Formats: sequence, structure tokens, C-alpha cells
Amino acid sequence: MPKLVVIGNGMAGIRTLEELLKSAPHQYEITVFGSEPHGNYNRIMLSSVLSGEKALDDILINDQAWYDQHNITLYSGASKTVSRIDRQNRKVYTQDGTVADYDRLLISTGSKPVIANVPGNHLAGIISFRDIADVNKMLDYSQHHKNAVVLGGGLLGLEAANGLALRGMRVTVIHNNAVLLNRQMDTVAGTLLQKELESKGLSFKMASQVEQLLGDENEHIKTIQLTDGSELDCDLLVMAIGVKPNKALAKAAGLYCEQGIIVNDTLQTYDPRVYAVGECIQHRGQTFGLVAPLFEQAKVCANHLTGHGVAQYLTLPTATKLKVTGVQVFSIGDFIGDETSETLQFTDTALGIYKKLVIRANILIGAVLYGDTQDSYWYQELLEKEQSITPIRDQLIFGKAYV
Amino acid sequence: MSKALPAIQTTCPYCGVGCGISAVVNQNQHSVDIKGDQTHPANSGRLCSKGSALGDTINLEGRLLDPRINGQVVDWDAALSLVANTFLETINKFGPDSVAIYGSGQLLTEDYYVANKLMKGFIGSANMDTNSRLCMSSSVAGHKRAFGSDTVPGCYEDLDLADLIILIGSNTAWCHPVIFQRIRAAKQARPDLKVVVIDPRHTATCDLADVHLPVASGSDAVLFNGLLSFLNTEQVLNQDYINTHTEGFTPAIQTAELSAPSIAEVAGQCQLNETDVQYFYDLFKNHKKVMSLYSQGINQSSSGTDKVNAIINCHLATGRIGQPGMGPFSLTGQPNAMGGREVGGLAHQLAAHMDFSKAEDVNRVARFWGSDNIATKPGLPAVALFNAVSAGEIKAIWIMGTNPVVSMPNADLVKRALKQCDFVVVSDCIAQTDTSAFAHVLLPALGWSEKDGTVTNSERRISRQRALFKPAGNAKADWWIISQVAQHMGFNQAFNYNHPYEIFTEHAALSGFENDITHGYRDFDISGLATLDQNSYENLQPIQWPVNANNPKGTERMFTDGHYFTPTGKAQFIAITPRPPVNLPHKDYPLILNTGRLRDQWHTMTRTALSANLNQHSPEPCVEIHPVDVKNYNLTADALAELESAWGKMLARVKITDDQTLGNVFIPMHWTAQNANDGRMGALVNPEVDPISKQPESKHTPIRIKSYQAVWHGFILSRAPLELSDISYQVSSKGDYFYRYELAGQQLPDPWLNTLKDTLSANIAENSEWQTYQDASLGSYRAAQFIKGRLNAVIFIAADHKLPERNWLSSLFAKVTLEPEARMALLSGLPPKGSHQSGKVVCACFNVGEKTIRACIEEKQLKTHQEVGQCLKAGTNCGSCIPEIKALL
Repeated sequence: MPKLVVIGNGMAGIRTLEELLKSAPHQYEITVFGSEPHGNYNRIMLSSVLSGEKALDDILINDQAWYDQHNITLYSGASKTVSRIDRQNRKVYTQDGTVADYDRLLISTGSKPVIANVPGNHLAGIISFRDIADVNKMLDYSQHHKNAVVLGGGLLGLEAANGLALRGMRVTVIHNNAVLLNRQMDTVAGTLLQKELESKGLSFKMASQVEQLLGDENEHIKTIQLTDGSELDCDLLVMAIGVKPNKALAKAAGLYCEQGIIVNDTLQTYDPRVYAVGECIQHRGQTFGLVAPLFEQAKVCANHLTGHGVAQYLTLPTATKLKVTGVQVFSIGDFIGDETSETLQFTDTALGIYKKLVIRANILIGAVLYGDTQDSYWYQELLEKEQSITPIRDQLIFGKAYV
Repeated sequence: MSKALPAIQTTCPYCGVGCGISAVVNQNQHSVDIKGDQTHPANSGRLCSKGSALGDTINLEGRLLDPRINGQVVDWDAALSLVANTFLETINKFGPDSVAIYGSGQLLTEDYYVANKLMKGFIGSANMDTNSRLCMSSSVAGHKRAFGSDTVPGCYEDLDLADLIILIGSNTAWCHPVIFQRIRAAKQARPDLKVVVIDPRHTATCDLADVHLPVASGSDAVLFNGLLSFLNTEQVLNQDYINTHTEGFTPAIQTAELSAPSIAEVAGQCQLNETDVQYFYDLFKNHKKVMSLYSQGINQSSSGTDKVNAIINCHLATGRIGQPGMGPFSLTGQPNAMGGREVGGLAHQLAAHMDFSKAEDVNRVARFWGSDNIATKPGLPAVALFNAVSAGEIKAIWIMGTNPVVSMPNADLVKRALKQCDFVVVSDCIAQTDTSAFAHVLLPALGWSEKDGTVTNSERRISRQRALFKPAGNAKADWWIISQVAQHMGFNQAFNYNHPYEIFTEHAALSGFENDITHGYRDFDISGLATLDQNSYENLQPIQWPVNANNPKGTERMFTDGHYFTPTGKAQFIAITPRPPVNLPHKDYPLILNTGRLRDQWHTMTRTALSANLNQHSPEPCVEIHPVDVKNYNLTADALAELESAWGKMLARVKITDDQTLGNVFIPMHWTAQNANDGRMGALVNPEVDPISKQPESKHTPIRIKSYQAVWHGFILSRAPLELSDISYQVSSKGDYFYRYELAGQQLPDPWLNTLKDTLSANIAENSEWQTYQDASLGSYRAAQFIKGRLNAVIFIAADHKLPERNWLSSLFAKVTLEPEARMALLSGLPPKGSHQSGKVVCACFNVGEKTIRACIEEKQLKTHQEVGQCLKAGTNCGSCIPEIKALL
């Protein structure tokens, strides 16, 4: 039986296995390497664990029994981190010397948090929000410290901030843009979200940059100096200013990488035996940070691993459907627009609802939905099909039911 | 449960049918439950949509509650003194003809009597005219010429007995709905009853018609001259009657034959097809019991008097008059137009059906009144009267219960005239009208439900209008106000009235005064009521005049013996040479404007517009126009059009309909500057009058029409009334818990929506929440305002007139809070999925919409309007929507 090795026990890799097992349960002898000491869990829901809504068990997708049931060998924990790929001999090696042969290799090493390049970024008390270990650290701090600062007002940063606030810390979010979630939302939606979060007790330093991080005598973070001269007391700093594809292993193995591991439309790397999915890849110039395209990649990749070889991964306009601290948010396409586009806009501030649709030449090219996302799929469909909205324009923003 | 309250019997204050109303009053809630009075002979319990909705009009909204001088509230004495002194001074300086009173068919007989007595009897001028001039005076003049008296020969019962009913220039279905229901019932009972409708428009009245003759506007006299000559040719004239009871037949038939020698000629001139004319003439020929009911389509014409006589001629020539089931019958427009005529409220009349033509009549009235200063010559009729105001000849005018700035022809002239007049007094129950805007003194009068007195309907029936409530605020009865002014002017003795019965009995006594064989009989004689005491006056039951020693129980029909009130005792044929309207369409003004009433509104809407239900049938001024004219003049259905005559302009919404003939447009008469800027049809109407009756030609004005180039259209529904300025097209109406504003403009100032939102927010103490929608490049802006979750206002603005239906949105104002689905659906203008819209209101009595009816018809496979009525109640009350229901079927 041919051997399939998966590097990375995260959502993209395991979803690929699930897809594979659905159509070809006995095609491969499968080995999975994961550097976290758990089964496969839903990383998106880490914020729920942080906020206390969920326990770790709740967010596990696949426990050990699942691996057993499918005869998958799982090597998990820091020592099982894969340190080298020998493509010539089709072997992978872990730090503790475990070796596995492969006929097919799937790399799903995910991404790494970006660490801000500012003086003092080495201090203790500075963490990311990436995995269960990070959550545990935050929980620990929240029991003994008061002031938390989150650098980055993106999705992850806001979830961290919200969770820490729920855990009783006084939280300030520093964001380099004037608009929160500025890659997924326009100014109106960002402002609505900020107000919503402020009403929950969060503070914001918008359009602000860190000058330097100052530590105490124990080299533990104490104060954050901003470029405008102001200072923030800080016992815990969470850096959430983005991720970058974790491509080091692949690169070391001689696979062609740019920002991420370059794959083609079948999720194949430059080595035909080696596939890659998830946040570690770069496909047609694009890297990924949200779950929906990952699942789509998993489907396509599994299709090729089974040998069907007909599916193609297409980079569709990135749709973002998020739940930020309980608020439904959706955006897709070019939701800012320009002088050649037209905008439809709906707001009900009291209900916390905002919708914006951007149209060019009678085709929907972008949308932001805040607070009410029930028609997001329909808008996505309209956008992807490039269907003329002229006949339904007047009712468009009110949703599919009105057309 | 509360015990049953006693019903008060009173009379409807709208049209001249004079329906009896049984009103159950709840004093604590200031509310009244209105039902038709089963015992009243005029309606036997029937009521129309307007009458049924009277309960909606009695709240104090918009009422004038105190006397005001130049806008400042004053006490009665100050106001009365100022009116009396100014009138006295003006009379002293410029003579009695420098003052005038302009009254109304809304006044009760007692009010009318006192006003007329003051002006003609004591001030010594006959400058007292009334809005009946605009409505009835051609009938008055026609009656006078033919009968020697202003007498309606028949009665409503004749409708049940007739075999042929001809409705001429009358949209009876909408304007006299209870008469129409009576005809409908008669036709149902006797399908052989034939109905002919003669009207340039195809109206709801045609629903009952065996034939509709869409005569060319103004050509009625030709049709009836043709009828006369046809009947002569066919030798069906009643030579005995002609010989015994009439005079002037020969010139009349000669003139008729000259102007209308053949059916072909008639058809040509009237733009009818010959078969229809023949059919109509044959019907007349073959049915002895024929009634000719006519209304404003005949009267409001520069040859209105001639048209009336052309109709009467046909009845005289066949002897079809004075007997059950036959006769000419004028349908009066107002509740007390007849009462006004009886007291002499028109400028050429003196009192009690006496006028200035006989010195002995003037002398008789002077003696009766004990006045040495009685007017001896006719005063100025309405159009001339306001011209005299405009020319500065009349320097002080007192307007009572009417709105001439809206209703007069060339209404902009009336507006200017009042603006420059030295002294304008307005008595009204409503504070803000287009006319009260020019008043130096405003006097608060009683409204219906407070008034106490009598009215006379179209069939000469005098009925009591009784007070249901105490006067609102400091409002007073018109008779009291006028008497007080008279006393302040020094006429103490003659105006020392304490109760309306004293006035009524004086009026009754005058009608019988020297009304005998010695002095000559007069038709109007209610001497039988001259001795009523207060109690019997209070309990007076409906009774038809004459009421005298010979007819103590009143008189159903007049002229039963063929005796008339002319000097010879014979009825007079009038030779009629048909005249076209004065102003004919030409290249600059190619269309003919016709005006008239809508089903659910009354006059200038000061009362009916208080009723949310009544406002829904037609919430905006519209112009009804033939589809080909729409094309010819580049108009768009449901968009706005600008109409212009040589006298003025207005805006109206285009309503395409085959009911109009090519080249003819129709505009409802009701809208005023209070609810529609540029919606006053009176501004367009030519001020031409009939040379005899002086009635204006309101049914025929040449106009032109073009599309109104609005860059934006919109509407606002608001819980509170709004003051909106700088919007060129604006029509407001009241709904249930909201006010509706239909808007359009030729420029959309940039921050307009925000300004509007600020205005709406500024009116409110609490914080409001806004929901907004905009599609800026399409010019679409929508917003909804909430206060604590309750809908307070919605605004819809679009680049074109295609805005969502208002009904569903309107209905949301009745709710305390909106369900989340409704709130999210709100600015789509469409109900959330699942519910449906009721559509345009068809039945105003039960508020049933077109879509509801359509859905019910479809779902239950309904075939008749009765079935629709069973399912939805629609059409089962006043029935005036039955034609519309039938159209849906």
C-alpha cells in the first residue's frame, strides 16, 4: 500500500485526509506529524476557549480514536516536529529522529505569527495567539495581571482582546489603521464594530504605531511607547499583526517558494509527489488566512491524491464570513470601490446592522455585511456568476427573499 | 358593559341627498357611532362612505377654538365689536355696497336666514352671495324661468316609481351615492327600469347604465333640443298639457328644430353615435315615467340655465311632470343649498323665494322685518363679487363656512383680492384654510355635531341637524355670531334671538306672510311650522315643503294640478339656442378641463381629510386623461403633469383612463394649499359665467398639459404632522396614526436627506434611531426613524415616480414596535415574505384593498360583488365601490 505522510496536524491537512478517506478509505497507509501535543482541533475556536465559552475538548475535531479507527499513525508533540524532508529518498525526519517513508507527501505546516520589528520585542510577556499553548499563557496572565495590550486590530487580535477582557483584564488594542478589520471591512463597518467593542469595555488606540517596548528589571514587558509619545502600561502583550506562511521546511527541502510554498491548481508543489494545502501555500500569487478556501483546497487536493485528478482549485474572490466577538460579519470582493463603481448602502445603527454592496457595470463586485449576513451566500453567488443585477437592484440589499 | 346610549337623529352635512343619521354619542370619549337613520325618508338607513366616516371628523384637530384678530386670540366682545365697527365705518364712508357677505350651502337655514336678513334687510345691500352660486344657481334660474318659482317638482320616491331614469352631468355613484344605491335597488327590483347616463366621462355611475352617452363637453342643450324635436316628429307630445298648462311651445320647438333638426345632426354636434342617440330618444319616447336627474355637469356652464330649460322643455312637452315617477330633478350638491335658496341667500334673491323683481315683494319683506333700509336691487353674484373685492369696490367682506380661495374659478384672483382687501372676516370651524390665511378676524363657528338647526335636501325635505356635543372651545353658532354683530351694529330689536327655533319660526312666518290669493301665492310656504314651540322644533320630523294649512304634513310633489307660479299660472317653454362654452380649446390650450368631486372627499377637504379611511381612495390630486392624449403630450402614467390655463397652473398626477374621451381631462376639485401646493384646480378654471344664473363654467376650461420634469419623487409618512418647505410638489393627507406627504421637486439639494432627518429629529425630545438605505447613483434614498423601537417616520426618495406602495408601510404606524422581520423589510417597501399587501383602497367603508379583493376572488372563485361582500364586507355598506369591485371581477 502506498504511503502518505502529512506534515502538520492542523485544519487544512486533516480536512484533506477526511476528504480522502471519504472516497478512498484504503488507498494509503497514512502517517501524520503534528508539533502540538493534541489531536486535530479547530483553531478558529481558540478564542472561545480563551473567552471561557468552550473547553479544549469541545474544540477537538478528531481525537486519538479517529486516527486509530482509520489506521492513521499520529506523531504529535514538539519532539515530533518534522525537521527535514529528504525528497530524493522520500523520507521525513523529526527532531527526535523518527523517520517516515512516503510515496506522497502533504505539507500543511500552516503559518507563523508575525512579530513586530520594534525594540523590545524579545521581552517576556510578549506572545502570539496561534495555538493552545498561547491560550494557556493568556489564561495564566489573566489570573495575576491587570493590563493587557493587543497589537493588531484584525480578527485574531480582536478575538484575543475580547477574550482577555472577558477574563477580567483591562485591554487596549493598538491598530495601525484607523479602521478595525480594515482588510475585511470598510470604515462604517469597522466603526460599528469598534463601538460595539468599546461598549464591552475594550479600549482602542487607532492609527497608532509602536515606538518601542520597555521592560522591567526582569526583562518583562512593562510599558509600550507609541510613536505619538503616549505610553501604555502593559503586563501582557499579544501580537496579532498577521501571519506568514510557514514555508521554512519546504524551502529547506528545495521546493520552490515565494511568500509561501508555490502550488499549482491541483495543490501540487514543484515536486509532483509533494502536495501542500493551507496557510503555508501560495497559489497564483495569493496566500490564505481564512478557513473557507482551505477546505476547498482540501477537496481538490484529496481528489488528486485519490488519483481522480479532475478537480481544479480556482482562486475565487475572497469571501470573508466571520463571527467577531458575536457579531456576524461578511465581506467579499472589492467592497471599497472607486469612481467607476456605485454603492448601495443600508444601515440600522440601533440594530447594529450595516450592509454595503458595490456595483460596477451592473455587476456586483463587492459586499460588506455587518450584523446581518443571512444573504451572504446569495451575494457571493451573484458576484461569482457576474450576473447583471439591474432587474433586482432596487431590492438587492434587502436580500434574496425580496427579489 | 355600559348600558346602551340613546341615539340622536340628525342629518349628514355633506351632499344634498340629506341623509338621516342615527348617532350614538359617547360624551366621555368625545366619540360617536354613526349609522344611517332607518326612519329617515331620504335614505332609509343607507349611508355613503363619507357619511359613515363622520365619526372620524369630530375630533378637535385643526379646529378654530377662539376668536382671533390678526392671529391673536381675543375675547368674543373684542372680535364682534371690531367686525361691527369696521362694517359700520365702511358703510358710513363708502355706502352699503362696499361690504359683502359670502356664505355657504354648509350654513344651516337659521344661520343663513340671519345673515341674509342682516345684509339685505338692515345693511341695505344685497351683496350677500353664497357658494351655492357655484353649484345650483343655473337650476334656480331654470326653475324660475320655467315654473315662475325655484321649485323641485318631484321627490326621491319617484326614483322607485320611474321606468326610465336619465342621469345628466351627474356622477351620482360618487357624488350622491345614496341616490345611486336607491336607483340600483330599483333596477334590481325591476330589471325593466332603464338608466341612461349622459356625461362626457365614463364614470362609476355608468355601471348602472343601459346606455352611456359621452356627449361632447357643453353640448347637452343640443341633445335635449334634439329630443324635443324628435318627440315632436314622432308625435308623442302631450298636446293637451301643452295647451292647458304651458306657454311658449311654438318658439321653443322651432328653435329646437333649427338647432337639432335630426338625429344625425345631434350625433354630429354632440360627438355621439347615431344608434345611441336613437336608442336614448326611443327610450324617452316609450317611457312615460321618466325622471331627468341633473347636477353640476348641467349647472356649471355658461349656458347652464338654458340646459336646465332644455331638459324641462322635454318634460313639459310630454306632460311628464308633477306625477309619481316623473319629472326633471335637480340633485343639489350641498346639504343646505336648498335652505339657502329658501331664505334668499343668493345675491339676486331677497327672502322666502321672493326677489327684487317685484316692488311689492321688497315692500312686503321690509314690513315683515320692520326695516326701513332694505336692499332694493340685486347684489353681486360670486364671481362679480370677488371681482369687486379685487377692484377695491368692496372693502369689507365676511366669508362664512366656505373656502373661495380654492373653490372659485380663477381662484388666484380671489386670493389676490382677499390679500389686498381692507377687512376680511372669516367664520369657520377650521383654523387653517386657504381662505382663513387672509382673515383679519377669524370667528370660530360650530362644526357638524355641534350645530343645531335645520337643512333642506334636494327633495324639499326639511330635516333637523342636531347637536351631539357641546361647542368646542369658544366656538359659537353662526346665527349667534351674526346676530351679535348685528346687535353691535345697533340692530338690537331685529336680531334679539336666543334660540334657533325663534329664527326658524320667523322664517316660516315670512314664508307664509301675505302668501295668499290676494297677494299671490308663492311656492315656498312653511307657514305650517311658524307656530312651533321650542319643544316641537326640537322634535321636528323630516317634512317636505310646502307645509301650510292645506298641506299640514308637507307635500311630496309639486305641480300635480299643472298650476305654476308664473303670472299666468302656466309653465313656460324657453326657446333654447344652444351656445358652446365661452372659451373653446385652441392651439395654445388644446385640451378641455372638466372638474368634479371624488367619491371619498368633500369640497375643500377641511373635514373629510380628517378621516384616514377617506383619504386612502385618492390621496393626491390627479388628472384623468385618455391614453392617446398621454402619448400626444408625452406624459407618463403615475408621474406628474403640469397643467396650465390662461388663468393659472397646477400640478397633478397622471392617471390614464379610457373613461376620458380624447381631448378631455378631469381633475378633482378638492385639493387646497393646506394639503397640496399647486394642487388647486380653481386656479385653472375660467371665470366665465352664465349670463342669467351667473354660475361659473367650472366644467369647461381650455388648458394645456406637459410632463412635470421632476428630478426626484418621494413620500414621507410621519407620525406627527410636518412643516416641509421649499418642495415644489407637496401633497399631504392624514392616515391612521400617520401623515402622508407625497413629494416631488425639480432640484434635490445635496444634503436634503440629512436636512430632513435633522428636521424630523429636531421635533422630538427623545433620541431617535435611524435606518437608512441609499443607492446614490440612482438617486434612491430611504430612511426610517424609530423612537424606542416604535416607527416614527419613513422617507422614500427616488429619481422617478416608481416608489413602493404606501399601504403596507402605512399600516406599520399602528404598531407599538415592529417585529424584527418587518423592521428589516421596511425600507424595501415590501412586507416581509409571507404577508401580503392589501393594495389601493377600494372599499373605504371597511378599508378593503384591491389586492385583498383580487386574492379573495381568485382563491374562492368569486363571481359576483355580492359574494365579495360576503367574504370581505367590501361594498356592503355604501356600495359606491361596487363598480370598482365589478371591474376586478
